[in-house]
Amino acid sequence: MSAQEQTAKRPLSPHLQVYRPQLTSVLSILHRITGVALAAGTLLLVWWLVAAAVGPEAYAAASGFIGSWLGLFMLLGWSAALFYHLANGIRHLVWDAGYGFELETVYRSGWAVVAATAVLTVLAWIVGLATW
Amino acid sequence: MAEFALPANSKIGKGKAWPKPEGAKNVKTFKVYRWQPEDGQNPSVDSYEVDLDSCGPMVLDALIKIKNEVDPTLTFRRSCREGVCGSCAMNIDGTNTLACTKYISDMKDDVKIYPLPHMPVVKDLVPDLTHAITQYSSIEPWLKSTTPAPERERLQSPEERAELDGLWECILCFCCTTSCPSYWWNGDRYLGPAILLQAYRWIADSRDEATGERLDQLEDPFRLYRCHTIMNCTRTCPKGLNPAKAIAEIKKLMVERKG
Repeated sequence: MSAQEQTAKRPLSPHLQVYRPQLTSVLSILHRITGVALAAGTLLLVWWLVAAAVGPEAYAAASGFIGSWLGLFMLLGWSAALFYHLANGIRHLVWDAGYGFELETVYRSGWAVVAATAVLTVLAWIVGLATW
Repeated sequence: MAEFALPANSKIGKGKAWPKPEGAKNVKTFKVYRWQPEDGQNPSVDSYEVDLDSCGPMVLDALIKIKNEVDPTLTFRRSCREGVCGSCAMNIDGTNTLACTKYISDMKDDVKIYPLPHMPVVKDLVPDLTHAITQYSSIEPWLKSTTPAPERERLQSPEERAELDGLWECILCFCCTTSCPSYWWNGDRYLGPAILLQAYRWIADSRDEATGERLDQLEDPFRLYRCHTIMNCTRTCPKGLNPAKAIAEIKKLMVERKG
């Protein structure tokens, strides 16, 4: 067997299948996932705004959906994604300025982002539901 | 496009369970990735029972014991057995580290051992590092100067020398590079944390006079900017170094030189 044939049939060692999920990688992929979710959520916002411009009937239909259980559930996910992406985005800005790279700091800022997401989401919903 | 699943020839099958040593009381199970080029079979995971009462404290001690006493075909790289050569880098218990500096007692359950992730496998725990080493040579890892050589050494102040701390200690084990999802998906063009830390080692050297050229060579959407600050590299470095910070310093210099 030639060296080339030998190289060609080498298996690829396992990666995602065996690598332990950890705060570093999980928060990173969450940042990307929430970014995509926000883009999709923006469509919902646009629909609501367009409906408001079209007239009372369209607006009632859009508001009705957003106020339904499914609509509220989507809004909950969207608001959590927004606060996560915002908080982690600030973390990325700090990194881009060259700060916060010590592993201990990375873990502290990571957990802070998770906590901030939870607190901001709950606060937003308390205020939102109280004024609904 | 990133390929998340393993190719058909790389899917891991069920391996052999080697018998428990007779009379052993303090036994630990090691599950080890096996693949050999000769028989055309897919990789598998063999399990070995190791008597810890007659084994050294490190994962490498157990691997050597298995090779000596149970299965001489088990193949892995090792040399210094004290964390300075980088040969025994592998994925142990889900993260990349050196088998020689990883305590067996760190793991409560079975010890799972795989080769460095997302690399072509030569045999068992031996990955093919050809591409990574080629990337290393691409950054021209030597001192470059245009000024005439002085009578004696090119001197550095203690402060200038301190700039290299945290960089020169890198042993090129590629634990960081193969822990990086960005390198998994774009390793053909992205240089990865180990090589970028090495690139910064020469950029940060006060005696090197090729900083501009070096930055030109790195200024590329793939070579440098596939780093998305995931931080798996810094999390896994067995020498406690910070490749992510070195990459951030390069990115900062790219912005600064644009003025």
